[in-house]
Amino acid sequence: MLVRPKQGILDPQGQAVEGSLRQLGYTIASARVGRVVDLVLDAEDPGAARAAVERMCEQLLANPLIESYEIELHEAP
Amino acid sequence: MNDPRPRIGIVVFPGSNDVADAAWALGALGAEPVLAWHADPELPAVQGIVLPGGFSYGDYLRSGAIARLAPAMLAVTELAAEGVPVLGICNGFQILCEAGLLPGALRPNASLEFVCRDVTVQVERTDTPFTSRCSAGQRLTIPVKHGEGCWYADAEVLQTVTDLDQVALRYAGLNPNGSVQNVAGVVNPEGNVLGLMPHPEHAVDPLLGSGDGALILASLVDAARERLLVSV
Repeated sequence: MLVRPKQGILDPQGQAVEGSLRQLGYTIASARVGRVVDLVLDAEDPGAARAAVERMCEQLLANPLIESYEIELHEAP
Repeated sequence: MNDPRPRIGIVVFPGSNDVADAAWALGALGAEPVLAWHADPELPAVQGIVLPGGFSYGDYLRSGAIARLAPAMLAVTELAAEGVPVLGICNGFQILCEAGLLPGALRPNASLEFVCRDVTVQVERTDTPFTSRCSAGQRLTIPVKHGEGCWYADAEVLQTVTDLDQVALRYAGLNPNGSVQNVAGVVNPEGNVLGLMPHPEHAVDPLLGSGDGALILASLVDAARERLLVSV
């Protein structure tokens, strides 16, 4: 799962990265810095896995007041 | 001093680093500081609680996010509901927000820099167990030292905080972290839980630059003593 500062919330880390990339000569519109949490878990089906990870996000992995999150599911090899 | 010494618990998390200063200051101001380990599900009998500054659990995930799940925090939550005064300083403030005992969240400083300096805060509420020795509008000089002290609340939370008059302290002049509406400290709706970014325990002796922090800690000791006298 991927956690980002919510849209509209000041992201000083993103701003710093943005400035440094421009300094290197890159043309970018904006940068935001978030964090990735890789989870390995057993679930009946993708829906159950998503529901479980959503609960984890709400309770611990993200702070809903300031962060948004995205969940990506992959079947373990 | 012959006044009874109330017991004030200081919850020690792995990574707390202001325990000694808090204990010394509370002791000097007439309380008996009692250290409580974060993993203990029960706290000793205390009339007040301090969640000290530091970097509990290395600030992993988000500052305060792991600490709020510590067994001792369940006990703190219960005692807070009973009206016991709970003071969260810096990391303690972050923990109280993550635990939902206080509104809002603490974000990285707008400057992205760790800030360590004296700041001036204005007292907005004098009717709390932490500010009873202050006068309305009084300005206190107290140091801050944090990287994530930018208090944030969205419009909805901010409206509630405003309606319930929950801002106890505001930065006057320099805002060291970019907090919304210069908020330096907020209380819960009941008023018995305060979180603040400045460190009153580092400002209890003019020799170290300011004694103003003693007003906040002595107010807490007063409130704790009142609870002690009522209970005996």
